[in-house]
Amino acid sequence: MHELSIMHSAMEMALEQAHRAKAARICVITMRVGALSGVVPDALRFAYESLARGTMAEGSELRIQDAPAVYFCPACVRDFQAGDIFAECPACGRPSGELKAGREIELTSMEIE
Amino acid sequence: MREKRGSDQPGKHPPGAAPGPAQAGGARRRTVSVRRAVLEKNDRLAERNRGVFQSRGLVALNLLSSPGAGKTTLLQHTVKALAPRLKCGIIVGDLATDNDARRLRESGAPVVQITTGTVCHLEAEMVARAVRELPGEGLEMLIIENVGNLVCPASYDLGEDLRVVLLSVTEGEDKPLKYPPIFQAADAVILSKMDLAAPCGFDAAAARGNLNRINPRAKVFELSAKTGQGMEAWLGYLLDQRPGR
Repeated sequence: MHELSIMHSAMEMALEQAHRAKAARICVITMRVGALSGVVPDALRFAYESLARGTMAEGSELRIQDAPAVYFCPACVRDFQAGDIFAECPACGRPSGELKAGREIELTSMEIE
Repeated sequence: MREKRGSDQPGKHPPGAAPGPAQAGGARRRTVSVRRAVLEKNDRLAERNRGVFQSRGLVALNLLSSPGAGKTTLLQHTVKALAPRLKCGIIVGDLATDNDARRLRESGAPVVQITTGTVCHLEAEMVARAVRELPGEGLEMLIIENVGNLVCPASYDLGEDLRVVLLSVTEGEDKPLKYPPIFQAADAVILSKMDLAAPCGFDAAAARGNLNRINPRAKVFELSAKTGQGMEAWLGYLLDQRPGR
């Protein structure tokens, strides 16, 4: 259940940004969560609702964009997007050890009023 | 070195960037681009740890597994066997008790126990505090035994040079497929309790095959800390991590 502490950090970051932008209310928070981040979006949503209560983010919407795992295939000299959990290049079938993206847990943007 | 978890390199998009276009549904509503890694604070502290380890000449290892895979037993035998050649310090994380620290102290190595309370993983800041309690000189390797958990610790960089994941034969060959994030980030994977492989019907080749599909760069060791089988290769790997090797 580290999603609660991750969401806590994300919420702190969002509230700080909103204060800085002199917002009265946060309407939407958008996050990007990588396929290999180890974070479960549903658990983030659950934590979000309870953490938003009593803040200017109360009643706001959490949008989560899934970020796929992207690997580099040294044999084909190209990046590829993993369709599932496997790191295998769709062109040559070899697994790649060079992950380029997919671990991100990012606060991407917010809609504020 | 772990990859960055924000979609941008730091500094490329300063935080609190300019407001975007107004949205429909409210004249005053506006979009603010943030693009910050949620764990940036941990990542920053992990980088600081990395600097501290380097300045102290320490190679740091983050040891991960599910509870009961044999991390502590492996460490007991590892630090004891390495003691004449490589001086190790240990930081061990658990939710409660200092049982593991007491077991590990018997090996003669300095040990710092972190009790995390309800936190299911170690964070860089906890390690930064713990490392100050270890002797400042004479150590060459820092081994961090993480909280037994195959999910949460994967997200937290501690500043380590190496991530080592244990998979015990009682857990089954498909663990890498069930918990891809932690196995994907492993530099080395240890198939532990190999003395129990036959009674458990554990197929090491199948486990290696599954791991290879998730992470082909991980070095794999098959060993039993209890019988000593396979320990030499593992110890050799650790000795090779010393600076200048």
